[in-house]
Amino acid sequence: MNAIVRYFKSLLLWELLVGLRLTGRYFFAKKITIQYPDEKTPLSPRFRGLHALRRYPNGEERCIACKLCEAVCPALAITIESEQRADGTRRTTRYDIDLFKCIFCGFCEESCPVDSIVETRMFEYHFEKRGENILTKDKLLAIGDKFETQIAADRAEDARYR
Amino acid sequence: MIETMLQTGMNVWADVPPALQVVLWTLVKMLALVLPLMGVVAYLTLAERKVIGYIQIRVGPNRVGPRGFGQPIADALKLIMKELIIPSSANRFLFLLAPLVTLAPALAAWAVVPMSDGLVLSNIDAGLLYILAMTSVGVYGIIIAGWASNSKYSFLGAMRSAAQIVSYEIAMGFALVGVLMAAHSLNLTAIVKAQEGGLWNWYWLPLFPLFLVYFIAGVAETNRAPFDVAEGESEIVAGFHVEYSGMSFGLFMLAEYINMVLVAILTSIMFLGGWLSPFDGIPWIEDWMGGSSIFWLIGKAAFFLFMYLWMRATFPRYRYDQIMRLGWKVFIPITIVWLLVVGMLVMGQVGPWFD
Repeated sequence: MNAIVRYFKSLLLWELLVGLRLTGRYFFAKKITIQYPDEKTPLSPRFRGLHALRRYPNGEERCIACKLCEAVCPALAITIESEQRADGTRRTTRYDIDLFKCIFCGFCEESCPVDSIVETRMFEYHFEKRGENILTKDKLLAIGDKFETQIAADRAEDARYR
Repeated sequence: MIETMLQTGMNVWADVPPALQVVLWTLVKMLALVLPLMGVVAYLTLAERKVIGYIQIRVGPNRVGPRGFGQPIADALKLIMKELIIPSSANRFLFLLAPLVTLAPALAAWAVVPMSDGLVLSNIDAGLLYILAMTSVGVYGIIIAGWASNSKYSFLGAMRSAAQIVSYEIAMGFALVGVLMAAHSLNLTAIVKAQEGGLWNWYWLPLFPLFLVYFIAGVAETNRAPFDVAEGESEIVAGFHVEYSGMSFGLFMLAEYINMVLVAILTSIMFLGGWLSPFDGIPWIEDWMGGSSIFWLIGKAAFFLFMYLWMRATFPRYRYDQIMRLGWKVFIPITIVWLLVVGMLVMGQVGPWFD
């Protein structure tokens, strides 16, 4: 009896019709597409995008050239050189991040004792010439200055989980 | 002003020699058929991407023009502007001939397809045979393409496609024999006219198994999913057209979609009464819906085209031996058994179809 039922089911394309009904239902389902340049998905405060170097409110750069980030970087993307200033503090003279090497793991940000190197929410960027992939100290500080409000807000929101 | 222009036009036309008049007039009729067909094909590609997108809970192409309506034109422009690469070890002549051999029969088959009563390029008596002949010739283009490309993937695709089309041709032919027995004619216009009298007089009801077999065999004939082993992008890259690029690839694409539309229209003509209105004979709905017209045919064909897309979005590709099994061990027995049934129905003059 079962064999007969199965025979007629396959002859009448029963399972195929069930499949068509399923996809037919999805045809009318609400679409989940995000129309990217017009709509964007929400970003986490921990989002790891383009890097930035931050400053203290008085304008002094935070980085003390401890080179922890350079040491922790698994992709060897960070290069730091430093020297002593006239006032006795140690500061970087060179701070380069090669974005072609960087894997955006966020270890540099985690290792930083003064919250200087951070990763921002910015992920829409491009290079047009060779060499633009190297983020120099000037560029990093500029990014930091530009997005400081957003960066500070994100750190404040995440502070209680640290 | 307009009258004088028309008058001069008529005078010029009268001066054209009669033989040339026939040629020109035929040319105009061909264009009147082929140009709308190209439009249908272009927007069928858009419809395909939209429908499959919707079924996959996406929205499909919507960037070119309002709601994506410029997409087919952008696609066509891209194909036309791309470089035509001919592999160095390919047979140049056959390589370039193959797309034309595929496209020409696909277009030629349309000559006998009646769009409405009398609206047909050439109303020949052996229309059904002509259609069968033309749709079979299309496979040569695929075989030639696969062989001339001098690539193992192309060749595998061509062999698969040849075996598949030959197998399903038989079931398709038998299904059409059923229609022929019912209508007593090979002329497509006569076949539609034999179905006059509303939804329950069409042939889908007495010939239901043949109807299903014909449509499924039609899907297999046009190498569409779930019978697209000839392309099988996950197994043999793209089958017979791996080596083709630019417009030579575009012609294969064009032929495939033209054949899809053809199968959809033929299924409507043969089993769903072509341009006939389903409400024939029901007094007040008949007046309200406006009777039989080409729009009914377009609607029915659109339904089958949607089925094509729906099936493509739903079913996984058949394994090759299963395709062969389905064609030889399922479809052919079904059609033969049902031909016997139809024979008995015709002998017994069972109405309303066979009286």
